[in-house]
Amino acid sequence: MIAQRAATTTLRRVAGKPNVFFTANVARLATQPLSTTQTRPVATQPHLTPADANAILAKQRLNRPVSPHLAVYDKQQTWFGGSIWMRITGSLFSGSLYVFATAYLAAPLLGWHLESASLAAAFGALPVALKGGIKFLAAWPFAFHAINGVRHLLFDMAKGFQRQTIVKSGWYIWGASIVGGLYLAFLL
Amino acid sequence: MATLRSSASALVGAVSRPALRATTAKTLPSLAVRGMAQVTDAQQTNQTASGDKANLKTFQIYRWNPDTPTEKPKMQSYTLDLNKTGPMVLDALIRIKNELDPTLTFRRSCREGICGSCAMNINGTNTLACLCRIPPENSADMKIYPLPHTYVVKDLVPDLTQFYKQYKSIKPYLQRDTPAEDGKEYRQSKADRKKLDGLYECILCACCSTSCPSYWWNSEEYLGPAILLQSYRWLVDSRDEKTAQRKDALNNSMSLYRCHTILNCTRTCPKGLNPGLAIAEIKKSMAF
Repeated sequence: MIAQRAATTTLRRVAGKPNVFFTANVARLATQPLSTTQTRPVATQPHLTPADANAILAKQRLNRPVSPHLAVYDKQQTWFGGSIWMRITGSLFSGSLYVFATAYLAAPLLGWHLESASLAAAFGALPVALKGGIKFLAAWPFAFHAINGVRHLLFDMAKGFQRQTIVKSGWYIWGASIVGGLYLAFLL
Repeated sequence: MATLRSSASALVGAVSRPALRATTAKTLPSLAVRGMAQVTDAQQTNQTASGDKANLKTFQIYRWNPDTPTEKPKMQSYTLDLNKTGPMVLDALIRIKNELDPTLTFRRSCREGICGSCAMNINGTNTLACLCRIPPENSADMKIYPLPHTYVVKDLVPDLTQFYKQYKSIKPYLQRDTPAEDGKEYRQSKADRKKLDGLYECILCACCSTSCPSYWWNSEEYLGPAILLQSYRWLVDSRDEKTAQRKDALNNSMSLYRCHTILNCTRTCPKGLNPGLAIAEIKKSMAF
């Protein structure tokens, strides 16, 4: 009797297998959209030695991009900063001094006329607006470098570091250097 | 919105639930994986349709995923209703992460400007997201990047290993050989203690260092404003006895003197400190 019953139950089980599969999926169907818990199908590695971890890190680091800097940083601070224009104007003057001095040295050999008299004559022949323009191109960097230089001397004495002072003095120097440059170019 | 939905759900599907998607796709083709973005999108449209005056603001956020390293970093837009969002940028980020896109990655902890975790570049300047208000009056998009010129670990998370190494290099602790007079504590006058105000508040969020173009180009050797401010904090401490050695360590062309008083540091500090002044004071003490 017992053996027979066991046989029938197993038969039933075997017959019912697709049904079991089906009901399991129905249960899933029913529960999944309602479930508020998130599934995270992440497998953690049980045996990751420090050396392995370092190797993974090193490999990742090779791929890391550098975050954007000049392109995204506040334009007012990066492009109109007193510091960078101090350097640009300074390089402009020292560079042109070197170029002119070298050209002056080489002039007799190459037959150029870079004497003051001939340069003055050539410059004098230009129209007034062009004269002023060329003078301004030299006068503005000079004015900027001079005025900003004074601010740098104050900085060296640890003065003028309040946030408002920094912002304001930066704009004042731009204004003053343009006015000063125009004065030197057209009125002097 | 449609593009956001598709890209966000694609991200969700591709990155965080690959296995789940595979099984459900096999057994239940009609039941697609529920992306978080779709749900909240539906909610949002409901809200706007129901007549509430939605105050929408778009956040453009820098995205880069180390799992797909060959893909270039990109900007992804998220639109939130500000009426349902807290006042700070960090509130918006947390809401985006909770409701729109769980793959968005950023550091945050204290949400009150004391831990320095959420330092990032917001609308062009570095600041802490938790201390930065979302400007309600202007409708322009907010642009959020990681700290400038840092290696990106993921999205808004920068690699600050070098920054911390540099901090370690200045020995940021009290160095002293003589024992305390009363055998209990190292005493200090009120005036000496006052010198530390404006220095000890630094939380090392790296906003100032990563705002400095000089630090961008020379971060290997130049210490940068944050570390120099910390350095000055120990230099002026009346209880510290290694001032000469500390100055000696800075006395080279790179560590200190790459500071060209650009002063982006002072302008960006979210705690209102003055790294530029601290560096100037170090330079002054080295010169005179």
